[in-house]
Amino acid sequence: MSRRWRELVAFSLLGLFALGVLVALGAVLGFIAARGAPALSWEFLTAFPRRGMTEGGIFPALVGTFYLVLGTVIVALPLGVGAAIYLAEYAGDRTWTRIVRIGVNNLAAVPSIVFGLFGLAFFVKALGLGVSILSGSLTLALLVLPLLIRASEEALRAVPREFREGAYALGATRWQVVRSVVIPVAVPGILTGTILAVGRAAGETAPIMFTAAAFYTPRLPQSPLDEVMALPYHLYVMATESTAFWRTRHLQYGTALVLLGFVLTLYLWAAVWRARIRKGKRW
Amino acid sequence: MTENHGRAPAVASWVGRRWGRAREWIARGVTWGCASVSLLALGLITVYLFCEGVPVFRTVDPLAFLGGKAWFPTSEPPSLGILPMILGSGLVTMVALAVAVPFGVATALFIGEVVPTVFRNPLKVAVELLAGIPSVVYGFFGLVIVVPWLEALLGLPTGQTALTAALLLGVMALPTVASLTEDAVAAVPNAWREAAFALGATHWQTMRTVVVPAARSGLLAGVLLGMGRAVGETMTVLMVSGNSPRFLPSLTSPTRTLTATIALEMAETPVGSPHYHALFAVGTVLFVFTLLLNVVGDMVGHRLGRHG
Repeated sequence: MSRRWRELVAFSLLGLFALGVLVALGAVLGFIAARGAPALSWEFLTAFPRRGMTEGGIFPALVGTFYLVLGTVIVALPLGVGAAIYLAEYAGDRTWTRIVRIGVNNLAAVPSIVFGLFGLAFFVKALGLGVSILSGSLTLALLVLPLLIRASEEALRAVPREFREGAYALGATRWQVVRSVVIPVAVPGILTGTILAVGRAAGETAPIMFTAAAFYTPRLPQSPLDEVMALPYHLYVMATESTAFWRTRHLQYGTALVLLGFVLTLYLWAAVWRARIRKGKRW
Repeated sequence: MTENHGRAPAVASWVGRRWGRAREWIARGVTWGCASVSLLALGLITVYLFCEGVPVFRTVDPLAFLGGKAWFPTSEPPSLGILPMILGSGLVTMVALAVAVPFGVATALFIGEVVPTVFRNPLKVAVELLAGIPSVVYGFFGLVIVVPWLEALLGLPTGQTALTAALLLGVMALPTVASLTEDAVAAVPNAWREAAFALGATHWQTMRTVVVPAARSGLLAGVLLGMGRAVGETMTVLMVSGNSPRFLPSLTSPTRTLTATIALEMAETPVGSPHYHALFAVGTVLFVFTLLLNVVGDMVGHRLGRHG
């Protein structure tokens, strides 16, 4: 009996720890949602900040984050899918492939502030792109590249071998098989990875601090070489560096809610979609 | 006429075959190039960090840099010792792990072994969402909720302390620990569990004596990668740790970490000054350390799944 008893205690403890995780998640979401919701309005989303950023909205930060994320996806998606195709379809288990994999793994472990430093030294200074959307997007693209490669490779590998063999039997070459059989089947998985990458890129602050982000811009960016306001950086400066940051807490909560809502919606969407892909396989 | 009719398709098919073969090589080459970008990026990061970091050693020698107790980068001559920040990062990371490891491992065991299937996916999604919350939002939450709360709870002059940062980092590193542990637990063959059950062990005894020991390498990998996550985290620490670079940090007073130092000071330092190079050298230290953690974690984790 005491063994059963001990098991019950142990499982309850594990459950309590797991509950703690839910509580942590709930606390962050709950506080931000409850205090941010009153700040949300059409004006908050569509107006420029006014009076030294103590009033008004976050429109330029939204637009800036949109441009940064768009640039990131344009750069990282083809590279990530290309790399995944190589790893899943062309490369065998050779030394070179193993080195590439180690590279991808290690790139994923580089701290985001180090990406920021690198972006400053390489894109901003060495390539002369300046503090700009382009520099920020390129930096963010390197940051999300490992995520995209892994997700795409998983999606490609999930395509059954019979599909490929069927196409080969019809006389298709390898690239024809990849292009017309493997990739179409893997598209949902690749898109799931892309959604996660968008969420990640939209929320990162440290990589864009020195490469793209501006404290305040009086107008929207006119070219990829302009610096921009961005949601996460806007939240950071509003909360810590702006004048009278204690008087603009409601705006900060609103900004945090918009950012959190956007990113978590993407993560949730990706999670649900992935579950559906895994469940809905009919082959 | 008839001859031409015969020849043109032949030429076309010859061109077509050539193009087909060329396309194969182009596809292989282009995807190979894409795959190499990660390595190229890693190489460029290494080169540029070192190139911008190493010049600091014209001002200060490496040992004095790593072991120096004073960080006054703007005084003349500057004192560029990063030991306070190394200790700050170390303290915050260790305490964060003390939070992340028990919670992460327990959650993973609960999800993987205990909980009925119905609740498994919601719990997994919750852990993923925890990983998805942007670090600046954690920082903001910490600043407006956790800081005042700890201040009142512990009666501190300021709630911006190493402890605050560590608690938040613990939550942030938890998903890394949990997901690697979960993978490791899932990789333990079911036959082993069944064997233990057949010997009369309870589910808990099986977990404790069979599953966890078999999954320990994955667990260790999770801890190492979680550590990397905590050491490299910037925004949260920057916003809640108080950022005072005092030597010998304590849990209940403001503390400065390596990452926060870069984020705080890079914008204000003139390009090419010793201070500028020193910040890149700090970045290099971070980069090398996380790389080492990752390599060791990978090596340990590779033993994962090599069960019987």
